[in-house]
Amino acid sequence: MLPLKGITVLEFAQFMAGPSAGLKMADLGARVIKIERPGTGEAGRQIAIKNLFIDESSMVFHTANRNKQSYAANLKDPNDLAKVKQLIAQADVMTHNFRPGVMEKIGLDYDVVSAINPRIIYGVVSGYSAKGPWAKKPGQDLLIQSLSGLVHLTGNADDNPTASGLATSDIFTGVHLVQGILAALIGRHKTGKGAKVEVSLLESTLDIQFEVITTYLNDGNQLPQRAKQGSAHAYIKAPYGIYETKDGHIAIALVPLNELTDAMGIQLPTEFADKATWFDKRDDIMAFLAPILKKENSKHWLDIFEAKDLFCSAVNTYKDLLNHEGYKALKMDQEVETSDGLKMKTTRCPIRIDGERLFSRKSAPKPGEDNTIIEQEFNL
Amino acid sequence: MNKINKPLDGILVVDFSQYLSAPSASLRLADLGARVIKIEQPETGDLCRDLYFSNLVINGQSSMFQAINRNKQSYQVNLKSDEGREKVYKLIKQADIVIQNFRPDVAERLGIDFDTIKGIKSDIIYAELSGYGKEGVWKNKPGLDMLLQAVSGLTQLNGNQNAGPVPIGLAVIDILSGAHLCQGVLACLHRKLNTGEGARVEVSMLESALEYQFESVTAFFRDGGEPTIRAKSNSAHAYLGAPYGIYQTKNGYIALAMGQIPFLGELLSCDALLNYPEVESWFTQRDEIKDILGDHLKTKDTQDWLNVLEPADIWCAEIMDWKTLFDTEAFKILKMIQEVEMSDGYKSKTTRCPIEINNEYLTSEIGAPFLGEHNNSIEKEFSL
Repeated sequence: MLPLKGITVLEFAQFMAGPSAGLKMADLGARVIKIERPGTGEAGRQIAIKNLFIDESSMVFHTANRNKQSYAANLKDPNDLAKVKQLIAQADVMTHNFRPGVMEKIGLDYDVVSAINPRIIYGVVSGYSAKGPWAKKPGQDLLIQSLSGLVHLTGNADDNPTASGLATSDIFTGVHLVQGILAALIGRHKTGKGAKVEVSLLESTLDIQFEVITTYLNDGNQLPQRAKQGSAHAYIKAPYGIYETKDGHIAIALVPLNELTDAMGIQLPTEFADKATWFDKRDDIMAFLAPILKKENSKHWLDIFEAKDLFCSAVNTYKDLLNHEGYKALKMDQEVETSDGLKMKTTRCPIRIDGERLFSRKSAPKPGEDNTIIEQEFNL
Repeated sequence: MNKINKPLDGILVVDFSQYLSAPSASLRLADLGARVIKIEQPETGDLCRDLYFSNLVINGQSSMFQAINRNKQSYQVNLKSDEGREKVYKLIKQADIVIQNFRPDVAERLGIDFDTIKGIKSDIIYAELSGYGKEGVWKNKPGLDMLLQAVSGLTQLNGNQNAGPVPIGLAVIDILSGAHLCQGVLACLHRKLNTGEGARVEVSMLESALEYQFESVTAFFRDGGEPTIRAKSNSAHAYLGAPYGIYQTKNGYIALAMGQIPFLGELLSCDALLNYPEVESWFTQRDEIKDILGDHLKTKDTQDWLNVLEPADIWCAEIMDWKTLFDTEAFKILKMIQEVEMSDGYKSKTTRCPIEINNEYLTSEIGAPFLGEHNNSIEKEFSL
């Protein structure tokens, strides 16, 4: 039995952070119903990458919203709102990411909702939390990466601040929302009461930097310095980084420098003999290693390093990875199918429960696709 | 928040894991109210104790270790001795959750694999985190964050097109796989309260890294396997069009997310941008658009641009470092920094759990434990 079987989630949330949380709960067994604007549905349906669409909705929307149902309702219409309130009365969880004040205006803020259903877990995603001068600013992934210091950790010393090239803030915020909601569901077993669970893109993006921020807070507030070339982590000593080879690149992780140079068959220069220099003289050390590593193909080095169990790896493109036996053994992809028979290949949930991978063929719904069945089933 | 009110109050976690991945999961469980006992090997303990960031030592430990292991207890024991193992089995009999992140076969050798533990406590929730899963040709490869970034295609997404592979300068895959493990554990704890059954939860860093990239991997499947191409300059997302990126201004940097190019042209008084009315061109011609935008934005200060863009509801932000951010009112009001104290009175600062429940932050002033600090009290309390 899937662990969240029997749990009903109403997802008012749009775009990526909230819906990615709904997706995880759906894959873990919950029934997730998107509450959407009639006709156009949620705004995220129009957000596309590479201009890719599956039907009227973008591929990105389909990726984050598979395995869900859709109930279309106009929250400004008293009849529709009354039906949604009946749905809320029978749900376990609801999530939204409206800006502060919007749910109050609609009349579905936590006070109202918990009066309708005291057992409900009410999940809120915001950009910067509901308090403070930024509360009403738009919370968007790249902006949060930019404000939170994250962009100063990636890339080389002379590069512009460099974002992670995917929705890192959204994804982690969604992950934290699920953690909070599930913990509150566990708490409900004891107390019988629901809870309000709040996460923000800013706090979540600071949380993922917890190790480096802790370092900053205790080292006299020294800002991170990225390595001059091949930088992979501002706070880790040489040789940690990416190196060019004759035919590509390799990644070298936590390897003691003397063991690396031994494996390479070269002398460790005396100026780098003291381990304490491996951080302070990181740029010099990496500059010393780079031209030597460039003389041979990746495979040459990887064969040598792997035989000595030194932590290193090839650097893959999607093509390299997805055609590799190592990837295929995971059975990480799955096909989903819309009610119109349109098919899309995507990834599955990364969590295995009781030795089983979690697959689901159900795709994202059209706006309002499940109105009839939901009205019937929940007596709306 | 009072400890009594935390949702996982009364839950006992026996945590064999080391470094960052799975220990970040047990940190979250601790902040949500669980009691986490780290099982550490003799002499060295968790090897993370000696893994330093920038040579910084906090009260004899690395700053990483301090950050990851606050709010936990330490029980030092030799699992290779019969006596030590029996004590741990006794402890597990009284636990709810077991966590480990050993390389394949190590748990079996130490006698703490799933089958053995299930035999000792049938309703245990057994959580394991690996690098590459337990099947296939990669199963014995070491699961280190940056290597997973390299293997999973993630390094192709960051930085500009000619920059070569660029890792994210943070252990994102460690942290994400730990977070997924935590999700699985919580879901199964909920089920256990309904049905009484235990569970086995497995997460691998590679699978977590792939789900993290679900948008771009799905795009790769969809577009017939075209290579990932980043923008030539100002790249912040390989699969998004202009203006998405970070741009230099006269006195700093500005981030621009989504926006209609001709409208930006009007707002910024940059006529060249009016030549791109087609939405598709914002992706297909993003390199030239970004060049135009990049040259133009260098002509004024960040605040000048924000003054024009923010009132028009354009998604933009100035780039901040921690120093700048931490001085803002918006940051201070979040009370994101907490002080923790080790048993010898040493105090240090770190971040708190990012989840707020019923208007309360989940804080804890308990610092990281010294190796074996809680041996006596744990042996007494659990009659080991």
